Amino acid sequence: MQSLKEQSPLGVFIEHCKKGELAYQICTDDNTPLFFPRVVVPKTGSTNLEWRVSKGLGTVHSTTVVHAAKDKPPHNVALIDVDEGFRMMSRVEDIDPMQVKIGMRVKVRINPGDDKQPPFPVFVPVGGVK
Amino acid sequence: MSGLQRGSVAVVGAAESDLGQVAPHTSPLDMMAQATRRALDDCGLKLSDIDGIFSATSQVRLSPMALAEYLRMKPDYFDGTIIGGSSFMSHVAHAQGAIQAGLCEVALITYGSTQRSVSRAAASPREYNYYETPYKPFLPASAYALAAARHMHEFGTTREQLAEVAVAARKWALMNPVAWEKEPLTVEQVLKSRMVSYPLTVRDCCLVTDGGGAIILTSATRAKTLRKKPVYVLGVGEAIGHFTISNMPNLTVTAAAESGPKAFKMAGIKPSDVDMLSLYDAFTITPILFLEDLGFCPKGEGGRFVSGGNIAPGGKLAVNTSGGGLSYCHPGMYGLLVMIEAIRQVRGECGQRQVKDCEVTLAHGNGGVLSSQCTVLFGSDATL
Repeated sequence: MQSLKEQSPLGVFIEHCKKGELAYQICTDDNTPLFFPRVVVPKTGSTNLEWRVSKGLGTVHSTTVVHAAKDKPPHNVALIDVDEGFRMMSRVEDIDPMQVKIGMRVKVRINPGDDKQPPFPVFVPVGGVK
Repeated sequence: MSGLQRGSVAVVGAAESDLGQVAPHTSPLDMMAQATRRALDDCGLKLSDIDGIFSATSQVRLSPMALAEYLRMKPDYFDGTIIGGSSFMSHVAHAQGAIQAGLCEVALITYGSTQRSVSRAAASPREYNYYETPYKPFLPASAYALAAARHMHEFGTTREQLAEVAVAARKWALMNPVAWEKEPLTVEQVLKSRMVSYPLTVRDCCLVTDGGGAIILTSATRAKTLRKKPVYVLGVGEAIGHFTISNMPNLTVTAAAESGPKAFKMAGIKPSDVDMLSLYDAFTITPILFLEDLGFCPKGEGGRFVSGGNIAPGGKLAVNTSGGGLSYCHPGMYGLLVMIEAIRQVRGECGQRQVKDCEVTLAHGNGGVLSSQCTVLFGSDATL
């Protein structure tokens, strides 16, 4: 098991984001993907975990459009089923948020973040539905 | 597995604190104390009779201690389980266990919130989560919107059907003198209201009010000696499905599908035996999901089930007769008030909105983002 004095699951995830990668873990006992990253495998309690880099393709599982404030345009929040078999929250960019539809195919793009926010994955449409 | 016995304890006292908007500088503890005093008056017990405290509120992290200090109580047993709006249904289950085990004899369950007065953001600050916060979901509404959107996609549920839930709640609220909302509401008004998180408008979302309440439970034996007709705990079920909406295994099936069967099994009854339901309506999608998951209609049929006034006054199933979190009161963690209406219906205390021959009621609590689900079945002495 990895030492939390050396690295954390989120720390590794962010390092991958900095390289433009969407990372996830698999349990090597049965190759089950898991997300969010952890130090112990859910249900089984195993610690046999390895990191993988996703191809970055996925499908919109659900979507909403947030009307946060009068002076800001509405923005998309979506749940993405990534092809390797895990689900994550994200948003779909480069498209009118109301046009993001369940089943839409999307591809990851790493948002660089800023001084306060480390880089994080967002998605853009790649055409097609599933 | 459950060692809890059907009907071993009963609710003997139940009361709301002042609701809606309270005076400046009122604390959540003031509201808990006020509701506790009223619940004691309701049953005729004294403050010193209470030997178990169960409480939770987002504004007072260590609320059992704070309440014990406020009322100078020395409880033998205390429980501050906090799992969102369903905390208080969970407290009923835990209080029943404690009373059965002899850890306490008279259990107080209480809640108070001043979230309208101090603002929702101040009352319930959000924890940062790297895997969600950067996307700026408006929580909790956006989580429920994601579930609603998926329900619409899978089952053809419509925004009009969601709106029917709000309209039914409003019709009931107009019969409740202490309800926050006082004006009628139409489906069209719900649809044209300010959008919060598509497909949910502000009228699909619960109120933001101050409020609190208290209930007092004791053994069935002692309950019979007190002022009011006992309302027995026939069944309880607790379940946790997930914590964050990204990790909800299936957006259209909640853990009510686990808590409900546990409660029904303990009670030895079935959904068709229930005369009235009090379902946590944080958003219009939630009663639809709970009607399905608790077995009152097939999965996917919830939208059609609530249509045509079926859960409104005069409909085929009485749901949320208080007016619910959508139109009566929603002080942050609303579960205690969900139960108080179900208790009063068994007692026959609901005046104009009283359900006829009401012997069995179901109170269902929801916490977090469809995360924790707890079900309580209440019954009159005729059900024992």
